[in-house]
Amino acid sequence: MSRPGFVLEVDDRTPPLLVHNGEGFLLERFPQGTRVVYPPEALPAVRDVDEAIQNALLNPIDSEPLPELLRAGMRLTIAFDDISLPLPPMKKPDIRQRVIEAVLELAAQAGVDDVELISANALHRRLTPNELREIVGERVFRSFFPDGKLYNFDAEDTANLTHLGLTRHGEDVEISKRAAESDLLVYVNVNLVAMDGGHKSTSIGLASYKSLKHHHNSHTMIHSRSFMDHKASKMHHSAWRMGEVLTQHVKVFQIETTLNNDIFGGPLEFLQKREWEWSIKDQASMLGTKRALAAAPAKLRHKIFTDVRSNYGLTGINAGAIEPVHEKTIEAVHRQHLVEVQGQSDVAIMGVPFVGPYNVNSVMNPILAACMGLGYYFNSYRGNPVVRKDGAVILYHPVDYEFSQLHHPSYVDFFEEVLAESTDPATIEAKFEKQYAEDPWYIHLYRTSYAYHGVHPFYMWYWISHALDHCGDIVWVGGNRRTVERMGFRSASTLQDALEMVSHSVGRSPSITYLHNPPHLLADVR
Amino acid sequence: MMLALEMYRSPAKYLAAKAVRGRIPGMLTGPAAPLRLVTINEPKAERDGWARIRPILSGICGSDLGMVTGSTKLYFSAVVSLPFVPGHEIVGELLDDCEDLPRGTRVVMDSVLTCAARGVEPCDGCSSGNTNRCDRITVGHVAPGLQTGFCQDTGGGWGNLLVAHRSQLYAVPDGMSDERAVLVEPLAGAVHAALRANVQPGQSVLVSGAGAVGLFATLALRELTQAGRITVVAKHAKQRELARAFGASDVVAPDEVFRGVRRSTGAFRLKPEFGAPEFLLGGVDVAVDAVGSKDSIDTVLRVTKAGGRVVLSGMPAGGADLSPVWFRELEVTGTYASARQEPNGLPAFETALELAGRAPLDGIVGARYPLYRWREALDHAHSAGRLGTVKVAFDVRAS
Ligand SMILES: [Zn+2]
Ligand SMILES: [Zn+2]
Repeated sequence: MSRPGFVLEVDDRTPPLLVHNGEGFLLERFPQGTRVVYPPEALPAVRDVDEAIQNALLNPIDSEPLPELLRAGMRLTIAFDDISLPLPPMKKPDIRQRVIEAVLELAAQAGVDDVELISANALHRRLTPNELREIVGERVFRSFFPDGKLYNFDAEDTANLTHLGLTRHGEDVEISKRAAESDLLVYVNVNLVAMDGGHKSTSIGLASYKSLKHHHNSHTMIHSRSFMDHKASKMHHSAWRMGEVLTQHVKVFQIETTLNNDIFGGPLEFLQKREWEWSIKDQASMLGTKRALAAAPAKLRHKIFTDVRSNYGLTGINAGAIEPVHEKTIEAVHRQHLVEVQGQSDVAIMGVPFVGPYNVNSVMNPILAACMGLGYYFNSYRGNPVVRKDGAVILYHPVDYEFSQLHHPSYVDFFEEVLAESTDPATIEAKFEKQYAEDPWYIHLYRTSYAYHGVHPFYMWYWISHALDHCGDIVWVGGNRRTVERMGFRSASTLQDALEMVSHSVGRSPSITYLHNPPHLLADVR
Repeated sequence: MMLALEMYRSPAKYLAAKAVRGRIPGMLTGPAAPLRLVTINEPKAERDGWARIRPILSGICGSDLGMVTGSTKLYFSAVVSLPFVPGHEIVGELLDDCEDLPRGTRVVMDSVLTCAARGVEPCDGCSSGNTNRCDRITVGHVAPGLQTGFCQDTGGGWGNLLVAHRSQLYAVPDGMSDERAVLVEPLAGAVHAALRANVQPGQSVLVSGAGAVGLFATLALRELTQAGRITVVAKHAKQRELARAFGASDVVAPDEVFRGVRRSTGAFRLKPEFGAPEFLLGGVDVAVDAVGSKDSIDTVLRVTKAGGRVVLSGMPAGGADLSPVWFRELEVTGTYASARQEPNGLPAFETALELAGRAPLDGIVGARYPLYRWREALDHAHSAGRLGTVKVAFDVRAS
């Protein structure tokens, strides 16, 4: 039986606690009285996944069963979440593969032969053929990919975009032409955190820059509190408005799946246990792993981590109309992630792990590390941030000067050129965003290579703007001094030093909360 | 008799100098230097139009350093006459009346020894005002030597006295400091380079190098053309600061050129296989090389857009890969010294004097040495960029 999330107060018997630190982890002794927020243990998984899928497709919410929506001669498009989900990637078979196979089987029975599959990657990088294969599975890949019927969405392919109109706030809704002109658009989602799914799937995943810029900007993103709460997120409000327009034009059959917290298995299982419950075996594998990582050359260490594939159990699958389906999804996600936390604290501490949504099979560069800590984890709350207004955030990550030229070419320039000028989101948006968004070289690399769109680092930076605005101090423990300073933060070599550095704003005995993730948690701060 | 630094013939020393090139301190203190401080006869000004000049300040130019360290092309050996007194960036005082210029006038000097100075019929270059293209620099009544400072008969700025022809001289306005006036010769070269670059309004320009040549070229481009964005490649902090003060829109480090130019021009960046150097499709309209090294020339050729213009303003060291010139149909042009009649119809020196009067040039002459401190002076000039100095000069009167 799984146990709910848990808040521990550090006392003199508490052992050192595990902190994720890029491609490695460390054991840290926290000051007495520190609140440690543990994520809930993995919820029990659905036993018969195929049966659950069938059930969702045949008994959808506010919609005809899928077979009734399928007929010979129709155009069917299946869009699915890209590689940024789930984190880390999932062991085979991917849940998307199973859902897509089930949908295709029903389509075949109905005689549908005009089918295309689109990775809804918006401005994310294209997936390689291998990455597509990992998601949809060998059979689907072989049947569709060679004919060009399984492909990445291309937000810069103007000939293949359709402008569906404006929202009541005047926002452009421009999406994939194929999706817009389909008789039915089936969206296959994987919901790992509360930010995903709902109207975000289609009206963001299949949208162009022209459409995305209405909500992916510093103003909207700073006022999205938080992204994990679609009712309090301005970005989501905009996506929901766009969804209204989109669904007037296109029939969408939304399929959302939710996963449990079973992330680290095998020798890394200790990573998701509570330290004082580590068995002798857990302690041995922790020490062994730590030693092996310390001895491994950087390349090997990188490989060890990028090769991690998670078990994940399915906790639910719902299909039908977008909004009621998403309500069910959010319930399931909350059941897995919510931990009740009483009141805000002066200091929040977070370890930034090796993988985030934008560096799967790649490198976590300084901007992505900042985004992971101050975008994702800082925003992992409902109600209020874990840290009080003008409080301090302390993060762990090496923040090495390391960029993937293949995946993040505009990030290097953003880091060297834009951040050298200013770290203020509104300033850099006004001065640089358009230039980067329209840079023909970045567009070329986005369309033909495996690069994130030129504007993507701006979105990462806007995403942390709520944290920048809210926090008085942001300090990285063990972070590369040069990269940390370029981003406008400070670095400390130890937690003690970091606490010393923030003491002028939070005092010498601040209240401290350590968010012990991953696995994921959503702090419900009362 | 007078005190002067003399460059003298010594093939063995020339080769030795080449061998230790780049390590100037070792060379200057060792016996290998082809330069010596001597007492020699003063040059004579016996013909019409010639007069004696006592230098006040005399700059150290990159080409002087190249000569001393042996990195200068042997190409030059046919157009100099050894031994000679170097020094062609001077401000000095006339010791004789010189046609319309009375003795005592402060003057600067266009060092090119043209047909007029040599007393021969003007060649095509001279008669069209392109005096820097003179074909008669080895004939006439003056010993061979492309410029004062490379000629046995005239003396040079690194000595107590030299002679010059009226055609070379420009009076310095009252009120202009010696420190500014000594910069007029290199500024004239920059004026020439900027005008030869033929920059059209709004065009983007890259200047590779932020030594005196690059900085002055930046200044001249900004002042005399309607260039759009000017990007300057600078290594050292002081150079960056000055490049901006002289009109650069962006300053990039040498290892950031491809990234910076690609970003500012929206070009495509290609990386060939097998470690071949990268290049841009697209890039700046005009690039000015103000270094002359193989790396710098390779870079400017690779970041200039197809059909664009590359101006070689530093003396090229050779060995650069010319494939971009072919593949991108580049126009490559050289600039040497300056002309009596520039594209704007004026002598470069007049424009340079005007610029010297108003440009932010205070502190550009960052160090002055008496002649007998020549080893330190050349060493300082050699490391000027790193030391935050743009121009090192001999304070000849203190010698
Ligand atoms: Zn010179
Ligand atoms: Zn001539």
